[in-house]
Amino acid sequence: MKLHRLLLAPSLGTILIFMALPIALTTLYSVLTPAQHGGVIWQPSGEAYVRLMFERDIFDDTLSFNADYLQILGRSALQAGFATILCLLIGLPTAWFIATRPPAQKSLWLMLVTVPYWVNLLVRTIALLLMLRDEGPINGALQSMGLTDGPLPLAYNNFAIGLGLVSSFLPFMILPLYAAIERFDFSLLEAAYDLHASRWQAVWSVILPILRPGLIAGGLLVFIPGIGSYLAPDILGGGKTLMLGNLIGMQFQGSRNWPFGAALSTVLMSVTLIALILVARRAAREAA
Amino acid sequence: MALLDTRARDIRNLPGVGVTAALAVAFLYAPILFLMLYSFNDGRSISRLDGLSFRWYRAVFANEEIGGAALNSVLLAVIAASLATVMATAAALAMVRMRVRRKAATYAVLNFPLMVPEIVTAIASLIFFSAIGLGLGFGSLVIAHTTFCIPFAYLPIAARLTSMDAGLEVAAADLYARPLRRFALITLPLLAPGLLSGWLLAFIVSLDDFIISSMLSGPGSTTLPVHIYSMLRLGITPEVNAVSSLMVLASALVVILSGLISRRKT
Amino acid sequence: MQDHGDACRLTGLGRTYGRGASAHHALGGIDLAIRANEFFTLLGPSGCGKTTLLRLIAGFDQPTVGEIAIFGRNVAGMPPEDRPVNTVFQHYALFPHLTVAENVGFALRMLGRPRTEIAATVARMVELVGLEGMEKRRPDQLSGGQKQRVALARALAPGPKILLLDEPLSALDAKLRQRMRSELKALQRETGITFVFVTHDQDEALAMSDRIAVMQGGKVQQLGRPEEIYEAPANRFVADFIGGANLIPARMGPEGAVAEGLGTIPATGTGGAEVTLAIRPERLAILPAGGHQPGDLGPLTVAERIYMGNELSFRLEGAAVPLHVTLPRGGLRGALDFAPGDRVALRPEAGAIRLLAS
Repeated sequence: MKLHRLLLAPSLGTILIFMALPIALTTLYSVLTPAQHGGVIWQPSGEAYVRLMFERDIFDDTLSFNADYLQILGRSALQAGFATILCLLIGLPTAWFIATRPPAQKSLWLMLVTVPYWVNLLVRTIALLLMLRDEGPINGALQSMGLTDGPLPLAYNNFAIGLGLVSSFLPFMILPLYAAIERFDFSLLEAAYDLHASRWQAVWSVILPILRPGLIAGGLLVFIPGIGSYLAPDILGGGKTLMLGNLIGMQFQGSRNWPFGAALSTVLMSVTLIALILVARRAAREAA
Repeated sequence: MALLDTRARDIRNLPGVGVTAALAVAFLYAPILFLMLYSFNDGRSISRLDGLSFRWYRAVFANEEIGGAALNSVLLAVIAASLATVMATAAALAMVRMRVRRKAATYAVLNFPLMVPEIVTAIASLIFFSAIGLGLGFGSLVIAHTTFCIPFAYLPIAARLTSMDAGLEVAAADLYARPLRRFALITLPLLAPGLLSGWLLAFIVSLDDFIISSMLSGPGSTTLPVHIYSMLRLGITPEVNAVSSLMVLASALVVILSGLISRRKT
Repeated sequence: MQDHGDACRLTGLGRTYGRGASAHHALGGIDLAIRANEFFTLLGPSGCGKTTLLRLIAGFDQPTVGEIAIFGRNVAGMPPEDRPVNTVFQHYALFPHLTVAENVGFALRMLGRPRTEIAATVARMVELVGLEGMEKRRPDQLSGGQKQRVALARALAPGPKILLLDEPLSALDAKLRQRMRSELKALQRETGITFVFVTHDQDEALAMSDRIAVMQGGKVQQLGRPEEIYEAPANRFVADFIGGANLIPARMGPEGAVAEGLGTIPATGTGGAEVTLAIRPERLAILPAGGHQPGDLGPLTVAERIYMGNELSFRLEGAAVPLHVTLPRGGLRGALDFAPGDRVALRPEAGAIRLLAS
């Protein structure tokens, strides 16, 4: 065997056997029959996918349309989409600010933004819940200033989940944008001014198009983990509003329907892959 | 004579960006700092400070379950990061220094774990390990963590290798160094900072994981995040704050360490 | 100069990259014999194949066809670490994590020499290149010139039979480059090692070499002593690349070569054949057009006067191609000056006109 194959074999083998193969197996499980207490019976069945959209009557087996699961799917995409936009609105100016600082300040700011990424996500989510609770410091401050009578419902709702997603993944948006702005040739701006562009025209017609690869990278890095996120809806949503990640998790814990969980996971994986392929193809087209 | 207001035209000073950056940082830090503050609360409350003490830290250190889970977590992260670093280093050497056919596809496979949502990895691993009859527990955890750590170790190592002058290895060959000694005396020492940052990144990513561990850990192999999560059933307690603060401290130490390494490498 | 055997003999050496239609012939059919103890230079523009040739001798690359023999021994397929040659790299390739002494001693350590011998040789080499007191420094604490010396010492330390130098002076500033030229030449004489020096700088090549191989398009265009190369270029490329020359198209007539606007230059050759006349700009005298003598060329018109400090140059029109004449300042010829529009004649020095096949 050639040396380079020998060197690549362990990593590729590990990833293919312990990541790709299990995902393929999951897809297979999604078309099998659920066993009573978790696991599967090796008998083909499309029931898991039917269940995504229809409810089967327990007495006469008739199907009736049921949007519950589709709603969860849609809500997950919507939550992740909102979080992505919010991250963009916060992340772009922040990245811009950092990238235009003098070098010494730049590394300090960069460090400040990176450190939270290294802090355990569960810990960060718990910390955010502490802030948002009815008895938390935000409600405390609002009430003691007399701005509100009772506590505002900040925790255990979609707002809290959205905030959780933003705080979880904001560094993922800032870092690629920072890298893109850092590479930006500022003399292009002088050229734009020289050609009679106003400041905002320059931002719109020179900077944004050049930063687009960074924007797309950041968007994917927020959206993909966002749509499948588990901890933020679980802890900040208080179990009242489910997202896709929790619904999948549930199928392997309490309610135990492995094929249904596998089907949901296959849907999530497909959405992710389609997003990645679209972006990759677009990038390839632009490079050509 | 009126001076041209260059500051207003300088795009680096767009209005509002500084404020946004400051708010973003405050948004990221305020909850963590608040949590750390309340971990020193002398009272049982998490919303009213009754004086400061190390009471809850003493409770954490006295708690054998937390200690066991922390040990599991660190052991798991050390083993997974080390295995991933060795494999990623071999892969980076092949990808950066040799001619590899279908390089784009190989690169995509190496980075594949980054593209899979964590919950998918978690349940796919659960299905896989139950299908092959390898029970849940530390062994399954090591395999799963090593797998998703590979790209995290690979990226800094490959970056370092790419920035290294391949001419140095050629020069060593010219000066009579055989392939293995070239690797040991030239490539490896110069690659060291990349290896360390790759290892640290993999270590922290392993330590950070909750979902995969919660699906795969059996009795006796509970990791710290999984244990903290189970503590939440009783609500957030000052004890949860204290053990969380310790994890923040550990992360901060790793960041400072890797910052020092990257500063020294030039 | 006792031994004139061949240090390195190249036979039918070729190197092709790629295959089929996209194949690139970096080197084609090189036959060369580099003598022991000589300072041999491969000179040519970038992409001429000189660096490829050097890499083949060092063993960093393998030839597609042909043979390389080093002191009579065929080195086909032999990796660089087995060849008795060492290289001074263009950007030095000093090991950044090792000190000066460790860099210089690296090869001896690889060869498993005893510690005491290594220490002694390192001390000798460091002294040879004048870096005493710098032994403990690392490469990033050295200036460009000092790095250059470390690279030299490192390559010389194992006592190679041939030292290969890949544009070693190109990264230095002009003043330092001048000084290193003399030092390198002296070093070669002192050590008696065969130097194979690659450069695109003709001044460097002329000043240092015993012999020069001028390369272009993967082939050796001319091989000879510096004087031969400069005074008697073998073809248009060599004449133009070394020192620059006026290359004038002409046609052979009964009395010599006839060039448009210049007259007839006495020469023998097949009647009607297309030839090229090569004349160095500094080997032409420039005179007012009035005093025309037989053998003078012209008359021509001054199109531009170019003042360059140590010399004065004119661009003349009226021939098939613009002609350049260079006069040293302050000499007898420098007493004459012309302005654009003046009519002038040219008087070549004896033997200054070379007739080249087109």
